[in-house]
Amino acid sequence: MPIKHPNLKLTRLTDAVPTWAGEIAVENLLEICRQVRDGGGRLVALWGSDARELRGGFMLHVTLINETGLVCLHVPLPEAHPHYPDLACIFPAAARMQRATYDLLGMHAEEAADHRKWLRHGAWHSGSFPLRKDFDAAASRTDEAEDYPFVQVEGQGVHEIAVGPVHAGIIEPGHFRFSVIGERVLRLEERFGYTHKGIEKRFESLSLQQGAKLVGRVSGDSTVAYAWAYAMAAESIAGVTPPDRALWLRALLLERERVANHLGDLGYLGSDVALAFGFAQFWILKEQMLRTNAALFGHRYLMDSIMPGGVAVDVTAEAKRVIAEECELLEREAATLRGIYEEHAGVQDRYIGAGRIEPKLAAQLGLCGMAGRASAQAWDARVQFACAPYDKLDVRMATYRNGDVAARVIVRFDELFESLRLVRQILVNLVHEEEATPALEKLPPNGFGIGLVEGWRGEVMVAIHTDAQGNLARVHPHDPSWQNWPVLEHAVIDNIVPDFPLINKSFNLSYSGQDL
Amino acid sequence: MYQILKQILKTGIKSETPPQGDESLRVLEQRLQQDILDVFGGALAIRMVDAGSCNGCELEIHAVNNAYYNLEGLGIKFVASPRHADLLLVTGPVSRHMEVALKRTYDAVPEPKLVVAIGECACDGGIFCAADAGENYQSAPCRPAVGHRPGVAPYGSRAQAYLRRGAGTQTGGGDRRVCL
Repeated sequence: MPIKHPNLKLTRLTDAVPTWAGEIAVENLLEICRQVRDGGGRLVALWGSDARELRGGFMLHVTLINETGLVCLHVPLPEAHPHYPDLACIFPAAARMQRATYDLLGMHAEEAADHRKWLRHGAWHSGSFPLRKDFDAAASRTDEAEDYPFVQVEGQGVHEIAVGPVHAGIIEPGHFRFSVIGERVLRLEERFGYTHKGIEKRFESLSLQQGAKLVGRVSGDSTVAYAWAYAMAAESIAGVTPPDRALWLRALLLERERVANHLGDLGYLGSDVALAFGFAQFWILKEQMLRTNAALFGHRYLMDSIMPGGVAVDVTAEAKRVIAEECELLEREAATLRGIYEEHAGVQDRYIGAGRIEPKLAAQLGLCGMAGRASAQAWDARVQFACAPYDKLDVRMATYRNGDVAARVIVRFDELFESLRLVRQILVNLVHEEEATPALEKLPPNGFGIGLVEGWRGEVMVAIHTDAQGNLARVHPHDPSWQNWPVLEHAVIDNIVPDFPLINKSFNLSYSGQDL
Repeated sequence: MYQILKQILKTGIKSETPPQGDESLRVLEQRLQQDILDVFGGALAIRMVDAGSCNGCELEIHAVNNAYYNLEGLGIKFVASPRHADLLLVTGPVSRHMEVALKRTYDAVPEPKLVVAIGECACDGGIFCAADAGENYQSAPCRPAVGHRPGVAPYGSRAQAYLRRGAGTQTGGGDRRVCL
């Protein structure tokens, strides 16, 4: 049992990743969270659901992780005034999740330091909550001007730079408010929610299969990770295990997604320090990979290749040969380019020391995923909770202590090479079997399941709740960007404004993934 | 420096011959005017706005700048300010929180201007929008007056062909949307 508490009775879910779930009274929530934090655990996700029809009141769901696995706490809250104690005092990453939960469901975190809105701008009334089942979209619609009280920094010579939501480059929209003295950043405050398009509400009117398509579009660069996490959650509820070959194929797709994203970002990390050569070279490699994806799997970004129950793609012997050859090419070229990046004084001068997050701060704020590993946070779901087929792969985790842009570049290179090694291993294990993949049609009623997948950015979680008919009652996709965006605010302190794009790119967090 | 030059020489030229504009894709064919093409001189400056996309279209728009498609070599470039743009390129289902920013960007693009919605979501909301408009509390896609080509995300080569065609597509100084 991962957590011991007299009032907590946990049940083990039939999940690929070790997961327990249990109901707990709101009075005991803080104590359990503190216990998990003191034991070195972290907060993975916090969300809410409207349980008024099902059992009355609302439900708060808190997923925690420690060395034994995932624990999902369900906390029933009264209908009249749904409130719960602030968890941000234990897990700072909870702050924005709590604010979003209020905006969408009207569940209030008491005594939280920050009660400003997060996902709601001016598109719906402050008293109406889109994820409540009785939400009336037409009646709640409004066009209030966006009015958001940013924290003001005062003092002689301090001025503000407001950037966004529309940025100079081809990137997702978000607002950054810098308070600076000269070029030096004193404080950065982020304001997101611009790409909020009601994904969670949309799930509630979709079938399991349509949901698989939607979840692959929560964040386009992590479509495999989301689709797998969604499938894992569905399979956990249905109590089925996909065929071996399907699992190997999923791992193949996930590692290819990781490689493609690291290649692209390493290219941008070159052009952000004026090494256009780096962009040109890495994007040639990325393009080659995307073309291979299109030829072998029918989509450059591998969308819709994973479905609940199995996969929608297969590889032939010829495809295996193509992939193996590509691994060789990528390995050789990336090694040359790594040498050039590491030898280039101008590049290293910009990388080293920029945007540093010390391991202690990273642990305190819950920095996770690739960025976390660059600040000595040794968490990788493929290693700690190696579900099939990773249990047979022996993934070597890449970690580094320095926590600066240079460290994140090193971790990206290490993970790139490790993923190429894994792809080769996977190809060896992809033995040909005539195993038809049984697609999962429908889920059992009143189920709950969680999927956790180590995407290229970090751990992607998807939770599914089904209703009395087995339809999707609530789906919560959780991006690691929820944890990492607030840390970026710390990373830029004391850096100069022109280094922000570089620092930002070294994390490359998702807007769409957290705006939902 | 030696290593960089060696790698550049070894890589060679990857740029491919750009695809010819497909006449059948010209959805506003009857309204095309060569003189507008002359106004832009065959070169096109694009201001891109993500109005709530999943980031898939952005990845493909990045890709048209890679050595294979070499869009800039064709005289088409992405600019940082709408003031420098001829064409506003829109992705995503236009989330309601992006409506104001999108409108302001559109207003800032000088006349004559083009608007191109790229990707399924920008054309009709795609998977993010229900057929029943009452359910869509959060998006208001471009809803173009003309037909569109489905597909998420538009493949690099297709995006390139579209953008080249965009250079030959006119708006009579107004809000005529081409949907790809």
